[in-house]
Amino acid sequence: MAYCEVIEMNESSILTGILALPLFGAMLITLMSAENKKLIKLIGLAFSTASFILSAWLFLKFNGASSQMQFVEKYSWIPSLDISYHIGVDGISLLLVVLTTFLTPIALLASWESIDTKLKGYVALMLLLEVGTLGVFMALDLFLFYVFWEFMLIPMYFIIGIWGGGERIYAAIKFFLYTMAGSLLMLVAIIWLGYYASTQPGGIFTTDLMKLYVIAPGIPMSVQSWIFLAFALSFCIKVPLFPFHTWLPDAHVQAPTAGSVILAGVLLKMGTYGLVRFCLPLFPFATFTFMPYIAGLAVVGIIYGALVSMVQADFKKLVAYSSVSHLGFVVLGIFAVNEEGMQGSVIQMINHGLSTGALFLLVGMIYDRRHTRMIKDFGGLARQMPIYATLFMIVMLSSVGLPGLNGFVGEFLILLGAFKSQFLGTYVYAILGATGVVFAAVYLLWSYQRVFFGKLENPENQKLVDLSRREIAVLVPVIVFIVWIGFYPNTFLEKSAAASKQIVQQVENARLGVKMAELAGNTSSRQQAR
Amino acid sequence: MAHQYIQYAVFLPLAGFLINGLFGRKLKSELLVGIIGSSTIGIGFLIAAATFLEMLGSPPEERSHIVNLFNWITAGDLSVPVAYQVDQLSILMTLIVTGVGFLIHVYSIGYMHGDPGFWRFFAYLNLFIFAMLNLVLADNFLLLFLGWEGVGLCSYLLIGFWYDRKFEKGTTGDAAKKAFIVNRIGDFGFLIGMFLIFTTFGSLNFESVFAHASTLSVGTPVVMWITLALFLGATGKSAQIPLFIWLPDAMAGPTPVSALIHAATMVTAGIYMVARCSVLFALAPVTMEVVAIVGACTALMAASIGLVQNDIKKVLAYSTVSQLGYMFLALGVGAFAAGLFHLLTHAFFKALLFLGSGAVIHAMHQEQDIRKMGGLKSYLPTTYKTFLVGTIAIAGIPPLAGFFSKDEILWQTFAHGDYILWLMMLIGAGLTAFYMFRLLSLTFDGEKRWDSGKHPHEAPATMTVPLIVLAVLSVIGGFVGVPASFGGGNAIEHWLEPIFEKANEKMSVGIHDVEVIEYILMALSVGVALAGIYLARQWYAKKSAAPERMSTRFAGFYKLLLNKYLVDEAYEAAIITPTVKGSEKLLWRVVDVGMIDWCVDAIARAFGFMSRTVRVVQTGVAQSYALVFLVGVIAIVGWLIVK
Repeated sequence: MAYCEVIEMNESSILTGILALPLFGAMLITLMSAENKKLIKLIGLAFSTASFILSAWLFLKFNGASSQMQFVEKYSWIPSLDISYHIGVDGISLLLVVLTTFLTPIALLASWESIDTKLKGYVALMLLLEVGTLGVFMALDLFLFYVFWEFMLIPMYFIIGIWGGGERIYAAIKFFLYTMAGSLLMLVAIIWLGYYASTQPGGIFTTDLMKLYVIAPGIPMSVQSWIFLAFALSFCIKVPLFPFHTWLPDAHVQAPTAGSVILAGVLLKMGTYGLVRFCLPLFPFATFTFMPYIAGLAVVGIIYGALVSMVQADFKKLVAYSSVSHLGFVVLGIFAVNEEGMQGSVIQMINHGLSTGALFLLVGMIYDRRHTRMIKDFGGLARQMPIYATLFMIVMLSSVGLPGLNGFVGEFLILLGAFKSQFLGTYVYAILGATGVVFAAVYLLWSYQRVFFGKLENPENQKLVDLSRREIAVLVPVIVFIVWIGFYPNTFLEKSAAASKQIVQQVENARLGVKMAELAGNTSSRQQAR
Repeated sequence: MAHQYIQYAVFLPLAGFLINGLFGRKLKSELLVGIIGSSTIGIGFLIAAATFLEMLGSPPEERSHIVNLFNWITAGDLSVPVAYQVDQLSILMTLIVTGVGFLIHVYSIGYMHGDPGFWRFFAYLNLFIFAMLNLVLADNFLLLFLGWEGVGLCSYLLIGFWYDRKFEKGTTGDAAKKAFIVNRIGDFGFLIGMFLIFTTFGSLNFESVFAHASTLSVGTPVVMWITLALFLGATGKSAQIPLFIWLPDAMAGPTPVSALIHAATMVTAGIYMVARCSVLFALAPVTMEVVAIVGACTALMAASIGLVQNDIKKVLAYSTVSQLGYMFLALGVGAFAAGLFHLLTHAFFKALLFLGSGAVIHAMHQEQDIRKMGGLKSYLPTTYKTFLVGTIAIAGIPPLAGFFSKDEILWQTFAHGDYILWLMMLIGAGLTAFYMFRLLSLTFDGEKRWDSGKHPHEAPATMTVPLIVLAVLSVIGGFVGVPASFGGGNAIEHWLEPIFEKANEKMSVGIHDVEVIEYILMALSVGVALAGIYLARQWYAKKSAAPERMSTRFAGFYKLLLNKYLVDEAYEAAIITPTVKGSEKLLWRVVDVGMIDWCVDAIARAFGFMSRTVRVVQTGVAQSYALVFLVGVIAIVGWLIVK
């Protein structure tokens, strides 16, 4: 970083602080003796918690009324290609940053006892994973974004491959290749974008997002479609959107609990975040072209994920497939391209992180005790483990979308947005999507009943002990937010409102520009719109 | 100004829920838990009563207030507050919910005595009241929906309260899950209705939606779709065709739950919602017709099933479905006030009957089969007398509560010109009288059919006092709606008039004149009821071979009734099994694993194959590399020479 030169910098370097804390933690741990397990865990927890506290402060300081990027830091990195270390947050990335820093210490605390082998590497990798995901949400430079996007794969690959279940190698490789397949195309698209910028009058090669926001919408439609698809494929695999989802059940089932929590809670959001941050505003015309297909796949995912989830025998796989359904909602809301849908999607990303993260935690807790996740091995646990049953019930209801808990707010806004969307132009998406609300009740209530209700007949289950204090401490913070968002979502909606509006307007304006051009009889931009 | 305190009536039960839910187990005192649970509702009732008195004392146009608390959800054009609307309709519902709710809470102290989940029970009941009050007091659709789903949740929790018990062919968990999912199907309709309302009117707030709607003309298509979607929601919550199937199974819950949730309050939410949206429904004649027909068909169908059931609570459950059908019929013919009136009287006598059945079940050590009862009259005198009052009230014998309200519905149906529906309801009235007196006679009259090991005894005062209060209300409750033809003022209709004003304008319904025909119809319905009672007494009060004879002569029909028209089985075969099997065999095994994943693995294998093929070149043997090198050089040189 010898070339480093400060270009602009406002506020303090708070974002870099949030990024650096887990990175320092990981470096510190690599220097320590592997024997000192307790201290390694404590340091991991301390650094990730410190990062959370700093991001909570960021949340408080953040001005929700502004749609601008805030806490921006920009240092030139490769000046000849106008690549820079350019980070900042708007309301949408802010919420995802806080979610990430919130879930990481929880995931570490959850694996406090269950992970003992190669602990040093594990904690270090978890912290590096946090750095990677945080970077993805903060990056305002496409090249920097790509670096974080790929960097994040490595720790996750090892977490699944080393601390995973029986078929961990297959799952890890599948996860890696699936994601790589998409992101290589994205890299090509990023380079093309930079090149395209240089072909503009007076333009230079750049990967700066803010500059590309201005330039990219003007890409001729024939090329714009391809560039859009290269980005969208990469993101849709990550989401995962049907039919690119089959890496998810394997990765989830094989990953250790903490890995699943981060995978479902944060990593999947990188896909939906990418759609919001890059696909829509950079390629508004292509967005309108592909909108019906992507929204259609989202609706298929909502129903398909729910139905396949319903018939799973392995509880963890059930939760994994339910993610396909829930993320389908998020994608549907994004492609409604209105404020209600966008805000619903943003809050639903957070909701899914909390609810599904908590479901994986809960399933992990019972797995730690019984070393099985098969639903049929349980039954009647409510009598033996009342606290566990109660907390599970709350989280389940949040996932079902019960009003008063978080899931409802997101699903309602998304469906409302899809329903009134003038761009989708038909009620069919929303009506079909709303059936997912019924199916969610079916698969979750049915599995809950089979695990918790009925008589406690299996002698193995009669020895089960209820949750320990550590386990309760892991779950309660999540549940606090589940209820908070349910009763007073405005705390969070306020922060992202301006940013969501901004993105929607960026897309709408492009559309509007074309319409006005059409009125003026400008044939060239009419061809662009097609 | 008492109405400003209405939010305490709503939030006190929430506090009760939290206290009992978090610390109930540690309190270790049933009395304390019971007092916390009941008093939160009791105070709520007092606040509601004070508000009611305040409203009585003010002129009708000043009776409506909005109490705004905070902004709940804001996004884009949507802004939904947590705000309560206190008006003639919501205060009536609040009084019923807190009044009957309080009595049932008190009753539960006795009924649930000794149950290990005593504190859990009271926590759930309080949560239910909280949700129900949100439902009836909300000033917008979304908050109503919060209550709507909230009561559904409590219903789920309470049906499955004894979660490790068997119930019929399955478990209580099956019944609870069924209730929630069937209700969710209705809620799907409600959601769609809300989306349509928002896109049409740009708001979810009652006041602005209804103000906007009253400018529309009758028969606007979008309003028809809105009301049909909302009505689908109502059929779920209020157990009407095609979604009634969950309510009979809901009897798996403890009896006070059946009385409070599955008779007096929650199941009437659909009635309330339709009445609240009366303006919208008045704009959609097609929907009104659908509501009336669904109501009448449900009423008759459920009454016929009730004729042959042998479980004391099952009879009452089908009776509830049937009576709710009556209420929907009233709404469908535009007699909104009559529907609400029947809702009120039904809350009294059906809560009474359920609590009475609870006292019987309690005395008979959880026995619910009326074939194994009989002769309980002398063992349970208070229960018997109050049960008798409730039975007469529901049978429609003047001057008890049920008579006035049911007769109003029959008359309004007739006056509306729906003679076929009226005839169906007349038959229904006869069936109601019959099955209720069959139930009464088999339970309390005749000889003992239970084994000598049981020693039935009257319930404690916490249980009998609520019975007596409800019995009194069942006797006098009808007087709030004595029709003009009887010289009554029909107070309830006048009270609710401002609420239904706009709807009535749309339907151009005036207050009808007293006609001779009204008396004739009244006499007819009382006659039919008396006939039903007479037959039931003849057949069941003493030993009689008649029922046996009937069931063998019409064996096919009897079986059909006994098996509830096989609706459950039809749903199972047509919807549930294909969905589950299809999801597993087709979607998961074939599409997911067989197709998508196979492709993914195939691509990976293809790359593997290619790599293995190309790898052959990389032998590591220097000689072969040199050979290839030589061949290459010769080829290039050769090519250059030839060129």
